[in-house]
Amino acid sequence: MSKPIPTRIHALALAACLLAAAPAVAQQKVLRFIPEADLRSIDPIWTTAYITRNHGYMVYDTLFATDAKFQIQPQMVDKWDVSADKLIYTFTLRDGLKFHDGQPVRSADVIASIERWAKRDVLGQKLGEMTDAWSAVSDKTFRLKLKKPFAYVLEALGKPSSNVPFIMPERIAKTDAFQQIPEPIGSGPFRMVKEEWVPGNKVVYAKFTDYVPRKEPPSWAAGGKVVKVDRVEWRYIPDSATAAAAINSGEVDWWQQLPPDLIPLLAKNKDIKIENTDPLGSMGMIRFNHLQPPFNNPKLRQALLHVVAQQDYAIGIAGDPKNGKPCASYFTCGTPLANDAGSAVLSGKRDVERAKQLVKESGYKGEKIVVMDATDQPIVHAQALITTEMLRKLGLNVELQAGDWGTLITRRSSKEPVEKGGWSIFHTWWVGPDQATPALNAALRGSGDKAWFGWPTDTRLEELRDQWFAAPDQAAQKKIAEQIQQRAWEVVPYIPTAQFIIPTAYRTNLSGILVSPVNFMWNVEKK
Amino acid sequence: MFAYLVKRLLATIPVMGVVALFVFSLLYISPGDPAAVIAGDIATDEDIARIRAKLGLDQPYLVRFGTWLWALAHGDFGVSIFTNLPVSQLIGQRLEPTVALTLCTLIVTVLTAVPIGVIAAWRVGTWVDRVVMGFSVLGFSVPVFVFAYLLMFVFSIELEWLPVQGYVSITEGFWPFLRHMILPSVALGTVYMALIARITRASMLEVLSQDYIRTAQAKGLASRDVLMRHALKNAAVPIVTVIGIGIALLISGVVVTETVFAIPGIGRLTVDAILRRDYPIIQAVTLLFSAVYVLINLAVDLSYTLLDPRIRY
Repeated sequence: MSKPIPTRIHALALAACLLAAAPAVAQQKVLRFIPEADLRSIDPIWTTAYITRNHGYMVYDTLFATDAKFQIQPQMVDKWDVSADKLIYTFTLRDGLKFHDGQPVRSADVIASIERWAKRDVLGQKLGEMTDAWSAVSDKTFRLKLKKPFAYVLEALGKPSSNVPFIMPERIAKTDAFQQIPEPIGSGPFRMVKEEWVPGNKVVYAKFTDYVPRKEPPSWAAGGKVVKVDRVEWRYIPDSATAAAAINSGEVDWWQQLPPDLIPLLAKNKDIKIENTDPLGSMGMIRFNHLQPPFNNPKLRQALLHVVAQQDYAIGIAGDPKNGKPCASYFTCGTPLANDAGSAVLSGKRDVERAKQLVKESGYKGEKIVVMDATDQPIVHAQALITTEMLRKLGLNVELQAGDWGTLITRRSSKEPVEKGGWSIFHTWWVGPDQATPALNAALRGSGDKAWFGWPTDTRLEELRDQWFAAPDQAAQKKIAEQIQQRAWEVVPYIPTAQFIIPTAYRTNLSGILVSPVNFMWNVEKK
Repeated sequence: MFAYLVKRLLATIPVMGVVALFVFSLLYISPGDPAAVIAGDIATDEDIARIRAKLGLDQPYLVRFGTWLWALAHGDFGVSIFTNLPVSQLIGQRLEPTVALTLCTLIVTVLTAVPIGVIAAWRVGTWVDRVVMGFSVLGFSVPVFVFAYLLMFVFSIELEWLPVQGYVSITEGFWPFLRHMILPSVALGTVYMALIARITRASMLEVLSQDYIRTAQAKGLASRDVLMRHALKNAAVPIVTVIGIGIALLISGVVVTETVFAIPGIGRLTVDAILRRDYPIIQAVTLLFSAVYVLINLAVDLSYTLLDPRIRY
């Protein structure tokens, strides 16, 4: 029995629809990307997690941005001026700026966003101290009135790393700064498809077709953010061997951070490029507890400066000498304030005898040194192992206490002695931009109880930091930065271990990946 | 039977209560602070304290436990500290892949292990038996992740037959779903195949040595009938018990498989939550797992009545 004609027509119509639909799906350019971590929070002000910062750059835009020459460039701002007394800044937004919910970006949105950011960010807090008031002149023009001149207004508003002053709609930016925002509405080049977000697995972004990029070429976070794909999928693959297999087979296009041990494996595939796209890399550090013996004694901290071999840390972290190098500066090497004032103590010939002499002079009585380790963080773990071995060679009573990162960051807030659950040393690492200036480098503070974990107290460091903020020009800033560094070698708030880069891997059908401290998704083309 | 069922279901309530108390207390005393994870590296003690207060983590133990229990009694698992999404939504997203993986693994395991266990018992002492036993030892000995990488290398990288990772819902098509399930199911199922094959063989050997089997053979029944109708049915109780236990083990064992194959299931949700101290998720998932274990045990107990008419409740 033959099929009735209507059924055949239906079948043909269905086939036609499928054929018509197929090219549309095929034409969609989807960039599949393995990020460095799982996106856990969508609020880049609530948390400083770099993955949330990266998400922020997808969804939000900024008033200003830092370019590859460390210059601050306007981004959402069209024009601005400063009064002669340097107390009033007036900004005007570019035309055509829209949020993902279709609403225009207004001065009220900007002010609410900046005020929320200023409650959480280190530089934002400094700007907040200097601020008399923000006010809206019109929907597109707003004004900042300062209490006294502050040279870093634009640097603060164009800050490249966490927390970045992203602009959100006023209704969202009014959220308490210590609570998460409810929805990811920005005015950035991509909009998050929240319905498709599966935490621990996938984040989906679609090109924001109403975004108006600047005309200038892209340079770091500045310039034109031209999106050349229709959709970006962040696929979190926790197992590195699986991630390697996925990029090898072409299931993903780009793997943000390639572990050193897998570089040789992927290098064999001619369809994959391995590159260092991060010009600044990251900086590792040994952080001391300045409140408890034995590292409350500066002599003992100074002793370690003579035996820390940065090359060992570089290899230990990066695996390959090409991806890690010594950086004997308290400011990220490759940035304007990096200098070598007093650096010979760390970069010169390693001197165990001198270190032992300083240990002796410190009056060290064999107190137990607890090195906290986070075995789930390879960079922290590698540093902890190297430091422990180094301390043992110096004849110190050291105990390596292994745990996970979650435990470490909780325990490091303990100011108790090691016998009561306290600690002596922990390691961490910060991306280059976060250690580029005295304003951003929280570990360089000497504000005692109010300082970052480890709580060093040094009034001279604080005075120098204040002087840096008041410095009239770049030459003066650089000079003060050198003085800060000289002082830091004396009080040793921490020891920089190495500067390292984690390479990125991508399929050769991608082009346009920007060289920048953050992996930006604009300008990337997929063939 | 019905009274027994109701009694067993009611008995789960105090069990769940104890689990809830235990899990909550364990998390309360365990080291780690989600506020510190959220605040990040640059945060000060004050920042962390303020986040902790906003999350209600500064409340006394009894207040926090009472609040959680009250919400639970109203069917509210709470909201993830990090993602700000309802825990029920997160579990809902993750349940399908885990259930799919568990069921696929179970099907692969039972369809493979029971027949080879029966054959090994039937051909005891022959090369067939030795091969099956050898496979069992191998299955027990090779860790799941090693087997997973091996399968991935052969079938995904070299032959390019199957995808390396990921999960596709069955609603997006049966074949894409199946393609993504084959390697994880086989990798995860190997150890259970070995377990069930060994138990089936041992149980069958015991039954095959019974007088009534000899009688059945003496009556001239075909080997197939003797094995399937007389022996296997009587050997089924321990096999079903092991399969039941296996389901519980599978649920907890999927963590490694889900990680290796990047399947967004409950196992990975749990591990991620533990690593970042996302208490509402840990509490909800542990309760869920406990409920599943209790129900599986109940189902296994009830299945005995079908397999052995002498068992009555």
